Amino acid sequence: MCSTTAGRDESSVVAYLDHAATTPTRPEVLEAMLPYLTATFGNPSGAHAVSRRAWAALETAREEVARCVGAQPGEVIFTSGGTEADNLAVRGVVEATGAKACCSAIEHPAVRESVLAGGGLLLPVTGNGVLDCESFAQALDPAVGLVSVMVANHETGIVQPLAEVSAQVRSRAPNAVLHTDAVQAAPWMDLGDIWELVDAMSVSGHKLGAPKGIGALVVREGVRLAPVMRGGPQEKERRPGTQNVAGAIGLAEAMRLVAVEREAVSRRVEELRDMFSALLGDGIPGLVETGACTERLPGHCHVQIPGVESEVMLIALDESGVCASAGPACASGALEPSTVLMAMGRSALHARQCLRFSMGYNTTEAEVTAAAEIVVEAFRRLAGRRGQ
Amino acid sequence: MRVMVAMSGGVDSAVAADLLMRAGHEVVGVTMKLWGGSSDRGCCSVADVDDARMVALRLGIPHHVLNMSDEFGSAVVDPYVQAHVAGRTPNPCMECNRHIKFGALMSRADALGFDALATGHHARLDSHARLGREDPPRLRRGMDRSKDQSYVLAVVDPPVLGRVLLPVGDLTKEQVRARARELGLRVAAKPDSQEVCFVSSRQGRAEFIGKRAPLHPAQVVESGTGSVLGTVPSVELVTVGQRHGLGAAVGRPVYALEVDVERRRVTAGSREEMMTAYLEVDCWRPAGAGGRAGALAGKQVLVQASAHGRVTRGEIAEGEGGNGVALAAPVRRVAPGQPVVCYDLSDDAVIAWGVARSAALRPGKETVGHAGPVSAGADERPCRPGKEMSGSAGRNS
Repeated sequence: MCSTTAGRDESSVVAYLDHAATTPTRPEVLEAMLPYLTATFGNPSGAHAVSRRAWAALETAREEVARCVGAQPGEVIFTSGGTEADNLAVRGVVEATGAKACCSAIEHPAVRESVLAGGGLLLPVTGNGVLDCESFAQALDPAVGLVSVMVANHETGIVQPLAEVSAQVRSRAPNAVLHTDAVQAAPWMDLGDIWELVDAMSVSGHKLGAPKGIGALVVREGVRLAPVMRGGPQEKERRPGTQNVAGAIGLAEAMRLVAVEREAVSRRVEELRDMFSALLGDGIPGLVETGACTERLPGHCHVQIPGVESEVMLIALDESGVCASAGPACASGALEPSTVLMAMGRSALHARQCLRFSMGYNTTEAEVTAAAEIVVEAFRRLAGRRGQ
Repeated sequence: MRVMVAMSGGVDSAVAADLLMRAGHEVVGVTMKLWGGSSDRGCCSVADVDDARMVALRLGIPHHVLNMSDEFGSAVVDPYVQAHVAGRTPNPCMECNRHIKFGALMSRADALGFDALATGHHARLDSHARLGREDPPRLRRGMDRSKDQSYVLAVVDPPVLGRVLLPVGDLTKEQVRARARELGLRVAAKPDSQEVCFVSSRQGRAEFIGKRAPLHPAQVVESGTGSVLGTVPSVELVTVGQRHGLGAAVGRPVYALEVDVERRRVTAGSREEMMTAYLEVDCWRPAGAGGRAGALAGKQVLVQASAHGRVTRGEIAEGEGGNGVALAAPVRRVAPGQPVVCYDLSDDAVIAWGVARSAALRPGKETVGHAGPVSAGADERPCRPGKEMSGSAGRNS
């Protein structure tokens, strides 16, 4: 391959506040994975010693993931990530049962588009960004076969009323499989508590310190699930293809570390987040923080900066070394209007002024204060130039 | 200077970025996402964005993608459809230059503190310094006359051009490609982009407009006699000057002379009738520092009425008697909505531009020669020099 020169490299990054997009791989995780990228390289499906060692590693990882969740090892299906896990849950159940599906209007596209592709329904959320439980209850009936409501939203970080969702589903749609996308919540919330409420749950490695390319769908024994890909008997004939052994080890190690450190990290990051929002609020008149009065994930800070387009703001921040995001991007990298904010009843203008800052396990106070200063400075510069 | 370069993913803007860097500027590349529709070519595709991004990476400059599809829809696509509905033939590339590249993108560049906006257009601007005054720069033809794009830039508001850089205007296309090869850029041999980037080659203009506005069949009648020659499926898609697809089987070539959408009628005539020696425009807008509104009457110019069309000598008419240009030799009629651009007699600098209006047909065949002022037709709009363009009816921003 040709060599390329990057305009600016990572060394010029002052603050990485885009952990909801992806987190760096933790050194402990990489360490745990390395043997399975080198010496223990076998295909777990083979019939010889090299394969058996890979198989043993894969199954140990499966046990660890199951343990972190409170599920049985046989209930863990390794996938390539959260998107595949969501697809497998929604399309797998719909194909196996022919049942009606529904999900909240603010689901990640992996769920939303899978539900819509199967002719399913989107259920409204309130202006606070949480599922509208009344409409939800009305939409449920015994013919509903799959319900998917995320634990917490990817853009706003707002936590969904999953306990109530679960109770409603059990009483009004007793045949339905209840799936939840726990991808964003996994670094912060107790997956065991969540697993008790649902029948299927998606997690993704790269949101919690493992690399990209690994995830899992945890699905309760007895749930009928058709594979969405064809080609082999792996993962109990539900997910064909040679397993990503090193990835599975990485996911298991990352989930183990999160389970141990989660409470302390959550407290620390929440303080940083609150400090960051306070600094922005002080420096930016009219700043609106999404979900400030609602239960949110500790790492999310989603704000509207009145008068400054997020696209322009992101460029200014990037030039100053602050990495943030502003809703979904299309294949070209251009920003698209946020379906999440639209579903919350926000205007297109409001949505175009929103930014998501998301903190993670290794975010530091220095990063947060430097970033807040840069954001405020950029706001003053951009808002001042408006109308020229 | 801090310069934003609009990078389309093509070779010209890639080399423009390189030239600016070599001139010592701080350069940032930007690609606009203009269209979310089903277009499969032109400046809007993901492959082009990737090309631009890769070029930026190679040059070592930052690159950003801006979503301007809302602005593009309201300032370019909607007016394009509306103009067809009104029987005009707009030039969407010019609208894009006015409202998007040198409009919305320029204001983003301003907001982000850039000193100038650069593009890969083949045209030249005489700088303020050279002119020695605060007037807007003169817009001149590019060094490569065969690739010259001054025609599509003539519509940009003159003061805006004062903050524009056109680095490849001094090069031939071959020099641009050679430089791109030298740099090892993946776009070195990329074909020139097509016009009307949002209308895909697969679906075509008829389907694109048909999806967005009702189309109506029309009769094709003979000029003068009024006898019916044939029918067309969509009057809105007929362009003045068009020869094929008129459904007229009369054993000799006939051309669309006039399109009357309201009465669903296309008037067709012979090649001789197709020619005219007077082009009427809505008004003349002085371009660059070349002149002042109302002071152009009697000026001898070279006239160009399509992107790569030939020039014809003419004399500008302006004022009470009507706005237009009397030509030294007859040319094909110009479809209403098309910009008419006047250059100085050395065929170099843009002097003024206007939008062609429907030249009403007179009884008989006296279309050759100075037809003088004609009825305003469907184009009756106030003319505010440098602000409005009759091809942009329905624009709401």
